[in-house]
Amino acid sequence: MLIRSRNRHSIGENDVTPESVYLSRRTFLGGVAGIGLAASLPRAALAGPDYDDVTKAKGPEWFEAHLSDTRWNAVTAEEKITPFDDATHYNNFYEFGSNKSDPARYAGQLNTVPWSVTIDGEVGKPGQYALENLITPSRFEERIYRLRCVEAWSMVIPWLGIPLADVIKRAEPTGKAKYVRFETLEHPKQMPGQASRFGLIEWPYREGLRMDEAMHPLAFLAVGMYGRVLPNQNGAPLRLVVPWKYGFKSIKSIVRISLVESQPETSWHMLAPDEYGFYANVNPDVDHPRWSQATERRLPNSLFNPNVIDTQPFNGYAEDVAGLYQGMDLRKFY
Amino acid sequence: MAQPRHILVWRLLVFVAALVPLSWWMFHVAIGAAGPEPGRYLLLNLGQGALFLLLCTLSLTPLMRLTRWKGFSAIRRQLGLWTFSYALLHMLSYLLFILGLNWTALGEDLQKRPYVIVGALALVILLALAVTSNRYAMRRLGKRWKPLHKWIYAALGLVLLHFLWVVRADLAEWSTYAAVALGLMLLRLPGIAQRLPRLGERLKRARV
Repeated sequence: MLIRSRNRHSIGENDVTPESVYLSRRTFLGGVAGIGLAASLPRAALAGPDYDDVTKAKGPEWFEAHLSDTRWNAVTAEEKITPFDDATHYNNFYEFGSNKSDPARYAGQLNTVPWSVTIDGEVGKPGQYALENLITPSRFEERIYRLRCVEAWSMVIPWLGIPLADVIKRAEPTGKAKYVRFETLEHPKQMPGQASRFGLIEWPYREGLRMDEAMHPLAFLAVGMYGRVLPNQNGAPLRLVVPWKYGFKSIKSIVRISLVESQPETSWHMLAPDEYGFYANVNPDVDHPRWSQATERRLPNSLFNPNVIDTQPFNGYAEDVAGLYQGMDLRKFY
Repeated sequence: MAQPRHILVWRLLVFVAALVPLSWWMFHVAIGAAGPEPGRYLLLNLGQGALFLLLCTLSLTPLMRLTRWKGFSAIRRQLGLWTFSYALLHMLSYLLFILGLNWTALGEDLQKRPYVIVGALALVILLALAVTSNRYAMRRLGKRWKPLHKWIYAALGLVLLHFLWVVRADLAEWSTYAAVALGLMLLRLPGIAQRLPRLGERLKRARV
């Protein structure tokens, strides 16, 4: 399944990877394994792609160690990757304030080591897991996904992490598990936005997916981006990435994952149910009541080239995910 | 009507001060320090700038009542015109930088999006006030001029509504502007407005 979607989203040449590296990686993924092959791989493939102007950062020891065995470019996009500086200084992370520059300014106060995640609800193995124990049983993958914000702008980001399905499977969901509920850290001292008296979001931030959405191979748990550990303002140390849904579904700084029987309450839906649905699939045909979703501004843009492009159904991942919603009225379940 | 020199200097100072934020934002855009979406940066700053200038304009009458300094009335027209200019640039930023000059999209917004409609109405009011702010129009309109310019209060209400409807998750900024607006309206209630000169004198005496 994964290999299939990789083929569909990748092209021979892209902005990240030289073709030779890409092709050798194909061979690698094609099933040939072993020490002999590792030696024949170009160095770049082992070290990972070299993104321009990335602020280097050292992650926790387990992260750096795990990085050496990453499947780089496991999923690629055909578009140009957003510059690191833009992806890290233009964020919606209301826990740190409501301006786009607030997260970069204030997220440094967030303590991400050590970090543990509670897994509970309809699972055979509930408990509080150290982040490394949750992640390291799976190999790191790099996935280059389009990110479409509900505010009609978009970016292209190379994430590092593991499939969400891996974590869920390891928790051994029971037959009653129909939805997955996620929760962000609540800590007003480290997250000043949560201390605002005029904030409209009820903390902690909550999100959710239907079980089949969560088990879909494209649903991803990221711990890094641009070949490094996640910057705090992008949701460190653990965030969800669901590329076919609006960005707000991709909850950040996750402390709790619960498998539940009924559809969970989600933050934006609680705040304005007519504006933000539970599904929140990217859909150019269903406008936000306050603005059109037919197009998006691909960032970065410039004054006289707003870079307006057509928004794709399911953010361009329709071939992979449309089947999940067969027979559903997407105008009703927006 | 000859103006005392200090009033002319004061007007010039206000003129330069009103140009500073606009130049500052354009400078930021020019050096690439306005983030990945410079058009939106200008749009939001111009919108808030216009509201700030509108509140400044509306603070002049209470200030004059309080201090009896004629300088405040001498810059009222200028600040009003600055408010209109910032609001106009705000709208043009939307059309140019957000919609990419897509007139169809603008037409749709003007039919479908309440916050766009309300903002456009406020701009139309500001336009009407701007074109009737000269001495010729004042003479032509005579007694009707004053009631016409009371529409500034309607514009203030519409602008606040426009702002409220674009807020997504935090009302802190909006609440600050709304509180100042409310305060300026309260200062116009007859009971309070009449007391302002006396209050001003008492303050002056207390300082001496």
